[in-house]
Amino acid sequence: MAEHVIKLPDVGEGVAEAEVVEWNVKVGDIVQEDAVLASVMTDKAAVEIPSPVAGTVSWLGAEVGETLAVGSPLVKIETAGDAPVPSDEGLPAEPDAPAPAPSKPEPASAPKPKRSPASGAQPQTGMPRREGEKPTASPAVRKRAREAGIDLRQVRGSGPAGRITHEDLEAFIEAGPLASAGTALRADTSVNDVKVVGLRRKIAEKMALSKSRIAHITYVDEVDVTALEDLRAQLNRQKQESQPKLTLLPFLMRAMVKAIAEQPAMNAHYDDEAGVIHQHGGVHIGIAAQTPNGLVVPVVKHAEARDIWNCGSEMNRLAEVAKAGTASRDDLSGSTITITSLGAMGGLVTTPVINHPEVAIVGVNKIQVRPVWDGSQFVPRKMMNLSSSFDHRVIDGWDAAVFVQRIKSLLEAPAMIFI
Amino acid sequence: MKDISCTVLVVGAGPGGYVAAIRAGQLGLDTVIVEAKKPGGTCLNVGCIPSKALIHAADEFLKVREMAEGRRTPGIRLESPSFDLGACRDWKDGIVNRLTNGVAGLLKKARVKTVEGWATFRDGKTVEVTTATGPQVIRAEHVIIATGSEPVTLPSLPFGGRVISSTEALALTTPPERLVVVGAGYIGLELGTAFRKLGSDVTVVEATDRILPLYDADLTRPVANRLSDLGIAVHLGAKARGMAGGEALLVETADGSETRFPADAVLVTVGRRPLTEGWGREELALDMDGRFIAIDEHCRTSMRGVYAVGDVTGEPMLAHRAMAQGEMVAEIIAGEKRAWDKVSVPAVCFTDPEIVTAGLSPDQARGAGFEIKTGQFPFQANGRAMTTESEEGFVRIVARADNHLVLGLQAVGVGVSELSSSFSLALEMGCRLEDVAATIHAHPTLSEAIPEAALRTLGHALHI
Repeated sequence: MAEHVIKLPDVGEGVAEAEVVEWNVKVGDIVQEDAVLASVMTDKAAVEIPSPVAGTVSWLGAEVGETLAVGSPLVKIETAGDAPVPSDEGLPAEPDAPAPAPSKPEPASAPKPKRSPASGAQPQTGMPRREGEKPTASPAVRKRAREAGIDLRQVRGSGPAGRITHEDLEAFIEAGPLASAGTALRADTSVNDVKVVGLRRKIAEKMALSKSRIAHITYVDEVDVTALEDLRAQLNRQKQESQPKLTLLPFLMRAMVKAIAEQPAMNAHYDDEAGVIHQHGGVHIGIAAQTPNGLVVPVVKHAEARDIWNCGSEMNRLAEVAKAGTASRDDLSGSTITITSLGAMGGLVTTPVINHPEVAIVGVNKIQVRPVWDGSQFVPRKMMNLSSSFDHRVIDGWDAAVFVQRIKSLLEAPAMIFI
Repeated sequence: MKDISCTVLVVGAGPGGYVAAIRAGQLGLDTVIVEAKKPGGTCLNVGCIPSKALIHAADEFLKVREMAEGRRTPGIRLESPSFDLGACRDWKDGIVNRLTNGVAGLLKKARVKTVEGWATFRDGKTVEVTTATGPQVIRAEHVIIATGSEPVTLPSLPFGGRVISSTEALALTTPPERLVVVGAGYIGLELGTAFRKLGSDVTVVEATDRILPLYDADLTRPVANRLSDLGIAVHLGAKARGMAGGEALLVETADGSETRFPADAVLVTVGRRPLTEGWGREELALDMDGRFIAIDEHCRTSMRGVYAVGDVTGEPMLAHRAMAQGEMVAEIIAGEKRAWDKVSVPAVCFTDPEIVTAGLSPDQARGAGFEIKTGQFPFQANGRAMTTESEEGFVRIVARADNHLVLGLQAVGVGVSELSSSFSLALEMGCRLEDVAATIHAHPTLSEAIPEAALRTLGHALHI
């Protein structure tokens, strides 16, 4: 028997530590070579750690949610002798470790949501009685209820045959007057503890950093996108097979590139500790995207060097890898300015949070047909609001307004984007 | 006499009244109780207690007579036993005295003032009591009416002469040679059976087509069999028409013909009626519920501060119901939050064999809309019953089919009255069949039939 120590590998450029977000194995599990042992999360991407050997897991180096330095021991695996190639049923079953199918390791201790009821007793347990049915309770419970001024018909019974116990009565009393609204409605005083780990923790940290360091100013204006939508529809009708279906975002990206050319201060990182603003030549536009696991921001690099079609296809690629969870660290880092859009859920106005250390974020709200006064009458126009936030420490309100107005004018006269 | 003012006035010192008074006294309420006779009411003086003494004596005498005749417990031999009803009555009166004196003592201990005499209401807060020393006016903040009930009389058979009520029957010093019982309810059958066992020639006349009309046929069958074994003639569907010549009862039998039943005594037990007259009810504005005083779940009448408990408030006219009401009313007057929320009022017939019921019978449960499961366990399969030479009867359990909540328990058999306690407890605690089945009942006792009945309902009785 030999013990193999698997250390946390270097999971990305410049990454010094990573958080264990999921164990795919537990102590005692038999693993085959290349089976996934764990998932770790760097500040951008989740990385799966495969097993370099076959054997039995004997030790885990961290709990879910713990952060390990690159190079520290992650897993110990006991290998049999010279690590023979295990066949599916070749391995003797460990006496106290029923062998799971090695190719499909059991999902190990994911953070267990712990239900911790506020009072230690679950209020209002048991089935509700049918309308008009007499409650069942011992004489002592009936007497207590009477003295506490409680109508037992309002209390659910958790006992045999729905009998109301002393505990049921106590839980009802603790739940307070809300619970007495009837047998159908009841107060739920339970608390569900969800451990904040992985991507969610990263998001939380980023948001807290942004909001605590950056003095946000949000500027909202409406954009008449009737002409843009006409153009977009026309382009989509005439597009070649190889070209992506265009959404509004590639147009916005190109408009931003144009506006940034006039106001390079918008495309910058503000290193507030060093007191330096790094204005970038390349326009790397982060696109805030919702994935099943939470918010990620894939980056369209060098938008200034891409045309509309190219912006669209790169965006589609990023959207796919982000949703699939296979985005590389590189795909998810390096943005210099960000767009946030909730599409049909875009609402009227948002107050976007700047992606630190950037200095601007452009928020896209929903397109709606609204009546617009054209000087003589109301006409239906496709209107869309842009809600954009700026780091007011380094961008004045005037400049912010100029930036948004420039984008607005480009989007309202989309031919200008292509000049 | 100087008027008395008190917090609580109880009219009638039967089981409902005296318990209310004791509890009120215990709770520190200034309480007065009025009773024309001895405390204890019908129950202690002329009902439950003396009848049970007589039944016991009759059973004992029958036993020794059967032993003497070699018809009972092998191995015991006796020579010509005899019975002296007069001596028995003295013994019975001794028990009654002990109990009524006990009640008087308990009232005293609870600092309740007892006024002897007949109370008549002047208004909802005032009564005038006719005492041996003159009228006594009592004013109270709260009044509890506990006037009880009295035997129903038949217009064709007024009490007097050979026509007697249960009260007179219990006071007899010699068993009547020929006793005709009118009414096959539990009182008539209890007393008729007892007198038969003491040597009387007993005939029962019942106007309906069955004995013990309030109990189902399964429960009454062993009683009917026993009546027949004892040689008691039971005439069903027969109506008493009156006395013929003062010496015989004229009866219209089921086939319409008239028959004369010669009788030395005609015991009329055709039920009891609430005593709602003769004490000034007409001075009060009490709502009635049929013949009874209407009460709510707090035993409040339609008049503020006037409560009523016991037989005067409705069926079942049973002492233990009255006592529970009395206790509750005293606590309500003392400011405690109480309401009538009992699951069951058990009932016992001290017939031979005894019948006990608690909760709903199978038919009653179905009538109440329940899907039910029911099962019974016969005493023939019970060791204790065999050793006491009383294998007749069974325990029956009724439960909801969906959740097995026990809805009722009934039994018939010798000595089953004592099973009533666990019947009531099971119902009051909201037991399921499984609870009853899983409770260890001591061996060898009749009570073993209770979990067996539950097991049988669940489909896996052990001893049958």
